[in-house]
Amino acid sequence: MDGVAQHGRTGLAARVQRWSRALMRGRNPETLPVRLDRRRIYIVPTRAGFGFAVLLATMLVGALNYQNNAALLLTCLLGAALSGSMLLTWRELHDLTLRSLHAEHGFCGARLPLHLAFADDRRARHGLGIAVDELEQPCPLEPGTSRASVTIPTDRRGWMAVPRMRISSTLPFGLFRAWSWITPAQRVLVYPRILADSKPPARNDDPAERITGGDEFAGLRDYHPGDPIRHVAWKASARHDHLLVREFDRAAPGQPLRFDWNALAGIDRETRLSRLAGWVCDAYAAAHPWILVLEDNRSFGPASDTGHYHRCLAALAELP
Amino acid sequence: MKRRHAPPGTRVIASTLGALPFDLLCLTVLCVVGAHVPHLPIWYTATLAAIVVVRWWRRRKYHRRVPAWLRIVMLVAVPLAVVAVYGSPFGREAGAAIVCGLLVVKVLESESVRDARMSIGFACFILMSALLFDQSLPFTILVGLMLLPALATLRALEPGLSRSGWWPAFKPGTVTLAASLPAALVGFLLIPRLATPLWGAPDSGQGRTGISDRMAPGDIHSLLTDNAVAMRVGFDGAPPPEDRRYFRGMVLWEFDGRAWLPGAAARRPWPPAPVGIRDPPTHYEVTLLPSHRHWMFALDVPIDTPEEARMGPDHTLRSAQPITHTFRYRVESATDYRMDPEGLAPRLRAAALELPEGFDPRARALAARWRAQTGGNAAEIVRHALNLFHDGGFVYDLDAPPLGRDSIDDFLFDTRTGFCEHYASAFTFLMRAAGVPARVVVGYQGGYWNDFAHYLLVRQSDAHAWAEVWLAGRGWVRVDPTAAVSRVMLADTGGAAGDVGGGSISWWMPWRNRMDVVNRWWGQTVVGFDALEQSRLFRPFGIARTSAQMLGVALAVAVFLALGVGALLASLRPRAKPRDALSAAQLRLQRKLARIGIVRGHAEGPRDFYLRTATELPDLAPTVNKLAAEYLALRYAFPEPPPERIRVFVRRLRNFHPRRVVK
Repeated sequence: MDGVAQHGRTGLAARVQRWSRALMRGRNPETLPVRLDRRRIYIVPTRAGFGFAVLLATMLVGALNYQNNAALLLTCLLGAALSGSMLLTWRELHDLTLRSLHAEHGFCGARLPLHLAFADDRRARHGLGIAVDELEQPCPLEPGTSRASVTIPTDRRGWMAVPRMRISSTLPFGLFRAWSWITPAQRVLVYPRILADSKPPARNDDPAERITGGDEFAGLRDYHPGDPIRHVAWKASARHDHLLVREFDRAAPGQPLRFDWNALAGIDRETRLSRLAGWVCDAYAAAHPWILVLEDNRSFGPASDTGHYHRCLAALAELP
Repeated sequence: MKRRHAPPGTRVIASTLGALPFDLLCLTVLCVVGAHVPHLPIWYTATLAAIVVVRWWRRRKYHRRVPAWLRIVMLVAVPLAVVAVYGSPFGREAGAAIVCGLLVVKVLESESVRDARMSIGFACFILMSALLFDQSLPFTILVGLMLLPALATLRALEPGLSRSGWWPAFKPGTVTLAASLPAALVGFLLIPRLATPLWGAPDSGQGRTGISDRMAPGDIHSLLTDNAVAMRVGFDGAPPPEDRRYFRGMVLWEFDGRAWLPGAAARRPWPPAPVGIRDPPTHYEVTLLPSHRHWMFALDVPIDTPEEARMGPDHTLRSAQPITHTFRYRVESATDYRMDPEGLAPRLRAAALELPEGFDPRARALAARWRAQTGGNAAEIVRHALNLFHDGGFVYDLDAPPLGRDSIDDFLFDTRTGFCEHYASAFTFLMRAAGVPARVVVGYQGGYWNDFAHYLLVRQSDAHAWAEVWLAGRGWVRVDPTAAVSRVMLADTGGAAGDVGGGSISWWMPWRNRMDVVNRWWGQTVVGFDALEQSRLFRPFGIARTSAQMLGVALAVAVFLALGVGALLASLRPRAKPRDALSAAQLRLQRKLARIGIVRGHAEGPRDFYLRTATELPDLAPTVNKLAAEYLALRYAFPEPPPERIRVFVRRLRNFHPRRVVK
């Protein structure tokens, strides 16, 4: 008797544990790839779904009351089709496999683009949306293309865990919402916030060597991953279906600029970092070589290439 | 509209209605209004459709909203127009008109996704209400198809629709509707029917069709041009000969000078008159379409009474309830009979001779002359009357001129033009005036014999009126005075000429008669599937009476099973399609090998795999090695492998049958 009770309790405990694990699935970081199987897809009717349920109930009562079998058949057909759409909604997510994700570098405060690579199972999933915060970002998948991009908000510099993502769909009729959580065990590096009003530091005063036109706008070209977000021409991009970035005149290389942590005394740490990052960006944009010196006297450069740019910003981001 | 800050690279999910969903919404609403065209005033539906089209055009072309005042005007105008037409906002037609109007008003204000969804829900409901007017198979299919634009609209309201035509929007709805047909049928069979309605008798006052309870000359004119089906009769044996296909509905005893009415005699609970049978009785089943009246038609003359009916003294069958739904009953009739031959009861004789005073003096005079000429011989008097109709310049014409106060006199001596009602009425009057007991019988005559499905199709246009006279020794004898008329004007008022038993006028009537098999099947299996039929649903499985509880359990099980099967189907992965012939052949080989237990691992390249195969199957090693070498060469040695070599390779693979040798 006691043994049975004991057994029952452990069975219940195991079940509770299983439930809680099921509930927590998607909250604990998981290594990719992650496949959405039936145990982790949730589905509930949307508000419109409940509305249609009420409608179908009304139609059913009406058809039964008027003993009208044609109307009843129509009601059954509509009811079966609408509730059957639940399976299609569920199928939008089922078997979706997130293979890998790749984060771009971004600055704190701006949204950071995240590129997701799904396994291509030759199925169109037109209704997928991914929500990281309250904003749902549509990312339809066509058969053959299995990539999507979302942006995630950033509020601190440094290494940030990729936040929990909600992948959901309401296709085909918007009556059901299926969703699933994915928390990839992956981190992205967020560069420091850039201060807009950062004046470039004092430089070699020789007017002959002054860079002229370093900030001068030369034209627009397509965005490539790695381009600084600040150079994106938002207004121009809005008129196209891809991003455009402003290109600046390459000034003649002159004396490298020197951005020294220790030269910026008297302001707080984060502002200093932001200012340095801003200068790095400006110099990179102007293709002017620069040297970055940190508080522990580590120094980078002089150089003006992309690798140098990212090394500097990463060093700034990783500062304690 | 509330605008959220949109990060770069993402689109804001607009809650305003896009162009495609709005187009589809307008299409849906036009369909819904179209489904109500047959029973609403044409100007009303046309106006609604025009409003929808104008609204669609203005939004599409100028992106205009409809001003609030106009919507309010519409909102007021719709009920006003309906009340102006129908006198009240209640009732079936008025209700349908109001909801159609309100749907259009809703479209006028629909600017958001939410509005559109509500409109679609509303539209589905109004579509269903159209079936309250017409349950026929073609109309039901039509209304079912109208769900497609509704579902397409719902789909178009969702994101991720490429702008390449309408099919992507229609596809999910089409697929789900088609896939859910079996589930819908199971639900239809198992949803417990109500034995009695929860509220209100469904509009017994309206939509009455068929023969009415009285007959005045000219009344059934509209009936004779109505091609609607009245009933279908299936006989157990051979059908009766054509000249005996008279279906008795009601007997009219009382004449008020203008119209014939059932009268008091028909209502008395007197026993049915005795009938002598001279041939084996005919057994048959009648499927009567809703008439909203009590009359149950039976082949002249019924000799038994179905459970649901009561037989009057004149061998008419009445149901206890008005027939509001398709109604099936079995009857037995004698087509060669002697009704009441022994002697007419005085009270019936009195009722069969009664005439109102002060009407039709010339007809009375004529009848008196016949009586004097024949010395009161009833059979002679009947012959006189039939001769008059045959030789007196009478014309059969559906387009009969109106008659004055002395309607019989006007018809007999002036117009001489009319159809069955006129002839039956005048004949019976003459008989009574001449002292021969007579009465009018109204029912159907003729019908279309469907040789393929073996049943008789009787349409409203087969409605007919004839007379019965009582002759001593023979009893009540059927006399069809209309048949005596020699001149027939075939009216071009439609396809009906059943009254003279004549041919169909419109070219498509024969086709319609033949196609009626489908309607009959629909009426019997679907429309007539009521609580009673449902309780017999599981009779083949040995359950005599299925209760509502059992149906509910069966329904729950069916829903559960359907969801399970659906989930299983939905989780099927599409089989990976090989990219080319070479891969296909390779995959086939891998399947063959997997059958004998050599499965290629996920991380195993083709070369390693074939090496392993060769070691596991030492007998076949040379073949396997050759195949592997050829595959690797074809796959990797050419930018574009030569097709003839691929063909040879594929043939060799096909002939390769790996077998594990047990040692």
